[in-house]
Amino acid sequence: MTDSSPLLEVRELTVHHGQLRALDNVSLSVFAGDVFAMIGANGAGKSTLLRSVCGLHRPTSGSVLLDGTDITGLRPEKRVAAGIVMVPEGRRLFPSLTLEENLQVGATYTREGPWSIARVYELFNWMPGRRRQLAAQLSGGEQQAVAIGRALVANPRVLLLDELSLGLAPVVVQRIYDTLPELLATGVTVLLVEQDVSQALRVASRVHCLLEGRTTLTGEPAGLTAESIEAAYFGLASAAAPGPWTGDSARTLPEESR
Amino acid sequence: MTWVNDIVQGVMLGGLYALFACGLSLLFGVMKVINLAHGDLAIVAAYGAVGIVALTHMPGAWSVLLAVPIFAVVGYLVQRTLIQASLNRGVLTTLLVTFGLSVVIENALQQFWSANARTLQIGALATDHFNIGSQISIGYLDLVILIAAVAVLLGLQYYLSYSKQGRLIRAVADDREAAQLCGADYRHIFGIAAAIAFGTVALAGTAYGMYTSFYPSSGSSGFLVLFAFEAVVIGGLGSLWGTLLGGIALGVVQSIGGQIGSTDQVIAGQLLFLVVLAAMPQGITGFRRAA
Repeated sequence: MTDSSPLLEVRELTVHHGQLRALDNVSLSVFAGDVFAMIGANGAGKSTLLRSVCGLHRPTSGSVLLDGTDITGLRPEKRVAAGIVMVPEGRRLFPSLTLEENLQVGATYTREGPWSIARVYELFNWMPGRRRQLAAQLSGGEQQAVAIGRALVANPRVLLLDELSLGLAPVVVQRIYDTLPELLATGVTVLLVEQDVSQALRVASRVHCLLEGRTTLTGEPAGLTAESIEAAYFGLASAAAPGPWTGDSARTLPEESR
Repeated sequence: MTWVNDIVQGVMLGGLYALFACGLSLLFGVMKVINLAHGDLAIVAAYGAVGIVALTHMPGAWSVLLAVPIFAVVGYLVQRTLIQASLNRGVLTTLLVTFGLSVVIENALQQFWSANARTLQIGALATDHFNIGSQISIGYLDLVILIAAVAVLLGLQYYLSYSKQGRLIRAVADDREAAQLCGADYRHIFGIAAAIAFGTVALAGTAYGMYTSFYPSSGSSGFLVLFAFEAVVIGGLGSLWGTLLGGIALGVVQSIGGQIGSTDQVIAGQLLFLVVLAAMPQGITGFRRAA
């Protein structure tokens, strides 16, 4: 797999939020068929990376390439046409539109591909019965499914999933992650950000750990030990860069090795 | 019986207000732009129609057919340049820019057209009327304007609810970043919404020009922009049906106020506005948002 060229490549990306350097010289390669998981504590720069890949943040330096083509200067809507579609953090459905209208908006600028609204209705079979309901009236888990459906109907080559599990019950999160194999079967490549490290390790073919905007670890889950992930997550290996050791991040630490 | 006539006249005046207000409502609903130049743009359209008639010698009422599409194009361009540039600098900037635009427009009109009052000549249509009973008199022009207002609001509502583009406009109004992530260029969609808003303002302005005489500062000192705002607020922000009801409510109350005393017309409308603002700040249709 690594012999071929990457589908999505991030080269030496540096992004600033005002004075703050949110990403510092981060590089990564996502290959077709990957489930590439970004992990890291709050504020590590995971979401910034995803937002830079989909075009919502302009990098200070570095580049983003899709299939070898530099797309760093493209606006987000142009990247959708190129095949990069994001499910944003917090779902961001159109609250005053119905479930079906949300999907229709997602399908407006679709590429050729296997996904259609009908196909999404097959994947989430509770949806057709509630298609006329306003998105604002759906539960968080339902909204997350609609957000995924809205991205899928654009037929992405790379699907970006930002914090799917945020604010959702574990059982709901599990149900959403259970649909992942079906997405992959249609040829979608996934780049996801996940706070829940054990969840990320379960689904990912590659993990990439960020700490304060820098890469601290990258590799396949099978080749990584819990200790090395813990060290990368909290920055224990380098005393120069202590991790943000908060109660919240400690809770998302993987409890056991895979 | 004279009261019944007042109400009838008020309803028809309300049609004109609703026509003024729907562009304002759309601009605010979609891009959160409070367009203080709205009334002045209507007057520009009225002067434009006078100019079109002078150049082409077409019948006055037909000038609408040219004024509306020209204004729609102007609306798209103004949105993509001036308004978008100010939107990028924050909501307060749009307020300042549209206020500045209002001042510029009024002075430019004064420069080119002088301060004399004008009307858009439409011949007998301006004064022809029919009577119902002995007291109620309905002007054909008033009736046409009311019908046009209802048709525009009905059409706009239908367009926003059921067309693909209307859906995109609603999506962009909800969350422009999420719309971008769906592949929509929100600035283009804003431009389309502005084109529609400017088209309706041109219709309202030319209708006003047929209805009464106007002068360069009619947009602000003639209270047009104020009445449009009041119609939007009374009806409830973001609801086109509310805007129609708000316009009619304002028209009826003003008409009745005018009956009590000829100087009480405007103050009666203001009172209604203040009462609605105090008692039901969501507007009379606030409980359900249409568009």
